[in-house]
Amino acid sequence: MTATAPIGLSDLRSYLHGLPGVDKVGVEARAAALGTRSVKTSSKAKAIDLAIRMVDLTTLEGADTPGKVRALCAKGRRPDPSDPSAPAVAAICVYPAMVPVAAAALAGSGVHLASVATAFPSGQAPLEVKLADTRAAVAAGADEVDMVISRGAFLAGDYAKVFDEIVAVKEACGGAHLKVILETGELATYDNVRRASWLAMLAGADFIKTSTGKVSVNATLPITLVMLEAVRDFRATHGRQIGVKPAGGIKNTKDAIKYLVLINETVGDDWLSPDWFRFGASSLLNDLLMQRTKLTTGHYSGPDYFTLD
Amino acid sequence: MFEYAPAPESRSVVSISSSYGLFIDGDFEPAKEGGVFKTVNPADEEVLAEVASAGPEDVDRAVAAARRAFPGWSSLPGSERAKYLFRIARIIQERSRELAVLESLDNGKPIKESRDVDLPLVAAHFFYYAGWADKLAYAGFGPDPRPIGVAGQVIPWNFPLLMLAWKVAPALATGNTVVLKPAETTPLSALFFADVCRQAELPPGVVNIVTGAGDTGAYLVAHPDVDKVAFTGSTDVGREIARTVAGTGKRLTLELGGKAANIVFDDAPIDQAVEGIVNGIFFNQGHVCCAGSRLLVQESVFDLVLESLKRRMSTLRVGDPLDKNTDIGAINSAAQLARIRELSDIGGEEGAERWSPPCELPDRGFWFAPTIFTGVTQAHRIAREEIFGPVLSVLTFRTPAEAIEKANNTPYGLSAGIWSEKGSRILAVADKLRAGVVWANTFNKFDPASPFGGYKESGYGREGGRHGLEAYLA
Repeated sequence: MTATAPIGLSDLRSYLHGLPGVDKVGVEARAAALGTRSVKTSSKAKAIDLAIRMVDLTTLEGADTPGKVRALCAKGRRPDPSDPSAPAVAAICVYPAMVPVAAAALAGSGVHLASVATAFPSGQAPLEVKLADTRAAVAAGADEVDMVISRGAFLAGDYAKVFDEIVAVKEACGGAHLKVILETGELATYDNVRRASWLAMLAGADFIKTSTGKVSVNATLPITLVMLEAVRDFRATHGRQIGVKPAGGIKNTKDAIKYLVLINETVGDDWLSPDWFRFGASSLLNDLLMQRTKLTTGHYSGPDYFTLD
Repeated sequence: MFEYAPAPESRSVVSISSSYGLFIDGDFEPAKEGGVFKTVNPADEEVLAEVASAGPEDVDRAVAAARRAFPGWSSLPGSERAKYLFRIARIIQERSRELAVLESLDNGKPIKESRDVDLPLVAAHFFYYAGWADKLAYAGFGPDPRPIGVAGQVIPWNFPLLMLAWKVAPALATGNTVVLKPAETTPLSALFFADVCRQAELPPGVVNIVTGAGDTGAYLVAHPDVDKVAFTGSTDVGREIARTVAGTGKRLTLELGGKAANIVFDDAPIDQAVEGIVNGIFFNQGHVCCAGSRLLVQESVFDLVLESLKRRMSTLRVGDPLDKNTDIGAINSAAQLARIRELSDIGGEEGAERWSPPCELPDRGFWFAPTIFTGVTQAHRIAREEIFGPVLSVLTFRTPAEAIEKANNTPYGLSAGIWSEKGSRILAVADKLRAGVVWANTFNKFDPASPFGGYKESGYGREGGRHGLEAYLA
């Protein structure tokens, strides 16, 4: 399905700038207030399992090797070897070159395979290169593609260019799900985050994602709150539900639970599922497992009891 | 929605005596005539403690103790008085968990508010005025401003300890001594504060606390040896006090009721405005004199705002005040609950449309679901009278001029809110609103450095900030 904007491209600018503004002080206060929710005992146990199921376990390093990626896939399929009741993660996220290895390692597991593409993380490449990147990843077995938008074009006000690129990448994805990385740390303002979210949704994104994890400001609670409000309002007006993925900087269970609270009280049940919310993270998983073990056994185990893959 | 398991703050962090005396001249003592009253937990109607009811003789003794302490206290160098106030502020911080639990038990407010709003502000207020104590000559009230003498202070039940701080901190910083009467339904945190004064080794008689009902307060403000009266509470009682004090030469400040307009323009940041509306009226169960109880929404965004507001209200968690996840606690008293019910019923009878989110209220205690009325006009009683509960009246307007006219069309003038992304509009509208505090793109924000007070029937005098010193200086 090729997405079409309900408006002409020439109207994109007035449309995006006509969205209600975001008050910085207010949105940060709201996120901080939700961050004080106390999630304990049985609800904490449920939250931890849900969070594990929402993890896009990620390795995006120049030093990634087939061995490293295979190990990560094994970890994603069975995060806690000592406890088979621990759920698998949502997906493994790797560079396109590593997709074939990961595809083989994940075969039959039900764990999704996501690949970053489109000249990740900068997005500074010609469109043809980006599309080839995308097609290669999908052809090699990725069923989810995490693309980056051209922040340069967005900040220059060339919304049509960003829109067209997303449409083109979506088409190149074929049946693969498209996550659009806004790189919110480079967009700088909440107004821009809201506009970029709408732009990506209008262009056909299946998910909107905060960050590459490669810049200094990655996912934050208030940024994710603004994006959740965007998907909520988009579904109300356009009838299509879009997922949200904060990525980068979410390191422990406490943080992850704050995000779940944010979903719970902003968009509700419909998004409390790995189909509609993901954490782009690597070290988060072990903390979730550690807290999970603590809840079941009543005591903390040292980090040596959890695998480092 | 995933449900949060109960997360109650421990009630045992604070010890409550079965009975309390009056705090006079540094000691607790029973009332002369032996009168007592009970204070209950509004969340379950259980009696928390028996408290002495001060009669005229008790008030006499308290005022006499304050008078005796005045020469010594007022002649201390400001820097010495500051030491006591800083000490009090630090003790309040150290004991804030106890105080937060106590406040929630006696008042019914959610622990997250007593913990995150009341107590930090109480400590901040003492720190702030401690800083002024040795700088009074530079406050703009002359080179050598003098204290007035004995201050008689009567405070309400909605922010028991915070209102105490608003009254006591500036009075002590400027060298006055005080006799304070806390509200009948919420005396416990003031009595705890008496213990804090002792812990800080405040000289006896500088702070005296007489508990009791309206009679006790009436006797205190009428006392001939009280030099300065400060009252926060209802406009009706404020009027009575003004009559009592008229012609006596006593200085008087009144902080009374309100019916604040919270104005949402069509260019507002809608999601944050909705948060501000919720905070404006449901914070502290709406027991807030500056609550944004009249929502004025520009007609072009009315549907959007109302739908967002209803959705947001559906996530409010009403219940056990000690649960850390509770957003709305108990109504403070049966009497207040009756008043809220009466005015809400009148709202319905007068033709406004009433709506509350589905929410289960506990069987025992005093509870009222968060409620909004739409289709309200300026002629409705719920648009004119202070309800002092979680009840919002929603009105609409078409132009800025109409918004200003409606906002000002009230006998009150304590606060107002403006929501717009356009700075020039905010400034232009704020300039025309007759309200003591005007919040822009926020609501119910307090800071000890900011003066607070009303226009018209919302009272006179200012509390907080440099301005707050004036009421306690001759």
